[in-house]
Amino acid sequence: MTALSPTPTSWDRPHRAAERLARSWSLAIAGTSYVSMNGLEVQDFLTALASRLIHALTAETFDPADVREVGSTLVAAHFTEPTTLERTVAVLSEQFAKAPIKRVAEIQGALAAGYAQALRDRVLDEQEEIRTAALWARARAEESRRVSEARFRAIFAGAAIGMSVSTVDGQVIEVNQALCDMLGYSADELRLMAFEDFVHPQDPPVAAGMYDELLSGGRDQFRIEKPYAHKDGHQVWTDLVASVIRDEDGEPKWLVAMFEDITERYLLQLRLRHQALHDPLTQLPNRTMFFDRLAELLTGADDEPGSRVGVCYLDVDGFKVINDTLGHDVGDQLLQTVARRLARSISGEGQLVARMGGDEFVVLIERSEGTGDVVAVAERALDTVRAPVHVGGHEISISASIGVVEQPLHGTSTGELMKAADTTLYWAKADGRNRLALFDAERHAREVTRYELSASMPAALERREFFVEYQPLVRLSDAVTIGVEALVRWRHPRFGVLGPDAFIGMAEETGLIVPLGRWVLHEACKQAAQWHRDHGDKAPFMSVNLAVRQMRDRTIVRDVQAILEQTGLAPRRLQLELTESAVMGSGGEPTEALNALTALGPRIAIDDFGTGYSNFAYLRHLPVHSLKLAGSFVAGLRPPEGADPVDQKIIAAVIGLAHALNLRVTAEGVETAEQADRLLALGCDTAQGWYYASSGPASSIRF
Amino acid sequence: MERPSWAPADVDLDQPSVARVYDYYLGGSHNFAADRAFAEQILKVMPVVAALARSNRAFLRRAVTTLADQGVRQFLDLGSGIPTVGNVHELVPDGKVVYVDHDPVAVAHSRAILADVPGTAVVAADLRSPAEVLAAPQVRGLLDFTQPIAFLLVAVLHFVPDEQDPAGIVRGYADAGVPGSHVVLSHAGLDRPLTPAEDAAWEMYRRSPTPLILRTRAEVAKLLGDLTVLEPGVVATHDWRPVPGAETAPEGDAFGCAAVARKD
Repeated sequence: MTALSPTPTSWDRPHRAAERLARSWSLAIAGTSYVSMNGLEVQDFLTALASRLIHALTAETFDPADVREVGSTLVAAHFTEPTTLERTVAVLSEQFAKAPIKRVAEIQGALAAGYAQALRDRVLDEQEEIRTAALWARARAEESRRVSEARFRAIFAGAAIGMSVSTVDGQVIEVNQALCDMLGYSADELRLMAFEDFVHPQDPPVAAGMYDELLSGGRDQFRIEKPYAHKDGHQVWTDLVASVIRDEDGEPKWLVAMFEDITERYLLQLRLRHQALHDPLTQLPNRTMFFDRLAELLTGADDEPGSRVGVCYLDVDGFKVINDTLGHDVGDQLLQTVARRLARSISGEGQLVARMGGDEFVVLIERSEGTGDVVAVAERALDTVRAPVHVGGHEISISASIGVVEQPLHGTSTGELMKAADTTLYWAKADGRNRLALFDAERHAREVTRYELSASMPAALERREFFVEYQPLVRLSDAVTIGVEALVRWRHPRFGVLGPDAFIGMAEETGLIVPLGRWVLHEACKQAAQWHRDHGDKAPFMSVNLAVRQMRDRTIVRDVQAILEQTGLAPRRLQLELTESAVMGSGGEPTEALNALTALGPRIAIDDFGTGYSNFAYLRHLPVHSLKLAGSFVAGLRPPEGADPVDQKIIAAVIGLAHALNLRVTAEGVETAEQADRLLALGCDTAQGWYYASSGPASSIRF
Repeated sequence: MERPSWAPADVDLDQPSVARVYDYYLGGSHNFAADRAFAEQILKVMPVVAALARSNRAFLRRAVTTLADQGVRQFLDLGSGIPTVGNVHELVPDGKVVYVDHDPVAVAHSRAILADVPGTAVVAADLRSPAEVLAAPQVRGLLDFTQPIAFLLVAVLHFVPDEQDPAGIVRGYADAGVPGSHVVLSHAGLDRPLTPAEDAAWEMYRRSPTPLILRTRAEVAKLLGDLTVLEPGVVATHDWRPVPGAETAPEGDAFGCAAVARKD
């Protein structure tokens, strides 16, 4: 029996028919499901299925099993969307429209049943698979969690650093053994404690703020150095790192803290800091700490206008002698005693006693109310140092000198302040020790000027800022100029023309007098030689001062000889003015230099006679030609209403004795006609002074 | 008193997973209620997404087949997700394929399916760390780095924001391959402004644990750096070397683009 087809010819070429069906089918279901096939592959796939469907349509007896398999094959190829089935059923209705409706319905039913069965199986399988995978994944997560937990436990329990876990309320939940050991509490004891129990008075001030930020979620971690109290009371310093652990919503849930015991390092730091800022011998603050503190004050000076500071710079009198004679041990003990006394007696707030080094101590007085405050402190320091010290079986009386400086903080500097203190201490020493000196800005300024002058002298000599003037030496009998005295002047660029009084003393101190004196001598001799060449014997002789320092200089004789030769001045036309101390050796004998100079030929005058020893006994043994009477004697002859009788008698006696020794006498500082008359009457030979002429350039000299 | 847990988080089946949502788009049942709920939400506002997912798989198939025809036999499938049908090892039966995903369930499932399949391996790793992925023993064990490798980044880089340097990730893999290696890339995005419906779908992704980054074709091209992009360039996913007359394009715009690039 053939199939019940109304147009059997349409099915007699089953392959063509299958292809036709597959084409419509594939168009209908294209894009309805995800399959791993391209369009051509889908076409082939469906063609095979279409053949089976056509076979089912045309078969004698309907076998639902084969058609069901077509349905399940669709699902197997992942045509899993219900739409695919819906359209498949519609395509079959359309394509099999002319076939017996019963057979078509049977085919559609079997295909749908096979499809549904396969899809249900597939869904159940996939659900099973994914559930199994989820379980497996969970198990693995659980396992890794267990491993991680175990690993953490091992780290937590065995760590060398202390660790704790707390709630955000500050309740300690877990601690490890290292933390128990560090703080001396058992784990149970620590678990009963809360954060407040760990607050320490020495906590860094920022700690509380950082802790709050941690809990409020503002930060995830902080690290501070923080002390804890060990159960037995001692202090444990820790390097604390606290971190917050958040829950899934990002809210802080746990606090994990790690503590490293840094007590030893901390104490070492403290000790090093103390060492760096303290003197090992006396344990007083050292100069570093003193200068740090002073610098701090100066930095803050602008914030507190009008604030003042005081410095007492103290030096133990004669300490070097004690050290040298009684030994360094005694010296050290003495310094320790002084330090102890100073620290004990000067311990007010804002008062810092420091050792500057050696036997120098300094007291810094912050926020001084005035000089009185600081002087009071200095006096207390002097008093406390004055008490005798018993050291190594010796009772040593000591004293100290103190330089006191008190001034506004504003406008000063560490350097200026300390220089002032140092200078003032020097004044106290120079004024006789065992006393305090108060800084005097004007005196200091004068000394500074003097120092500047002294320091600039060598350059001035090079720059030819010095020049020589001459003052006539007049024969009293006829008022004729027979000689001149050479006087050096300094044309200072800032201070104007300075006389010898302003700088010769300094030049003697610094030794510059030697080159300066040599230069003056050369200038003077050159001038004298010139006059002599121009005017013959009418020309005045040249009188030049030689300072003590020059006389002690080994080159003086050679210098004078060289200058005489260079200038061509006849030696007898040169007079050298020397003070008594310059001509005399320590035993009153003429110095070697004096004898040698005399041998060269110049005449020798004793300058300022009457102010030194004025010992006539030695004069007779000295190669001296004349005396110059000090101006102070001559001043006694000045008053027009009548001379001082004592001075007059002394001068008369000196002149008499000098003449007896065959010495000429010159009077200095003659200012009036009365003086000149009286000196002439007393037998004085020559005179100089304003009465005749003040000093002036060579061109102003008349003779 | 409760104590803190120090281990990784649980496998949470109440959270949608990118891999399982994608499976659902493709008509699979490897998914859970949360995945389906999320997927349905997206499909409600943008039904085209399912077609796009299929389009991506079809591109993967064409790209892998193309490279296999050119002799590439090694594949590193980055962000492979849940294996359904048309997996790379099925397309290149004689190839070597390593599947990489960081979804623990996807990895567990892949392992179950591939346990007895020679030439395959599964790595649980984050594709955003090329160094870590490339150093995995399964990768080193299966792939021969002296031979070309195809690095598959199909429908994954749109989960990597710019801050995580997606171009650097591409470079990280490409640098590991010898010349002749390839990068296969597909990416969500549009070259026009989003419609309100699209924006709503995107917004849902943005608020999900795996926010979606949409990039233009020009931006996607930049991700490929100095690799040589094969014809026809960076194009709509379904326009990449379609089989003539065999596939129908999804309705509406291509909501993404694709490219294959070669390391020279």
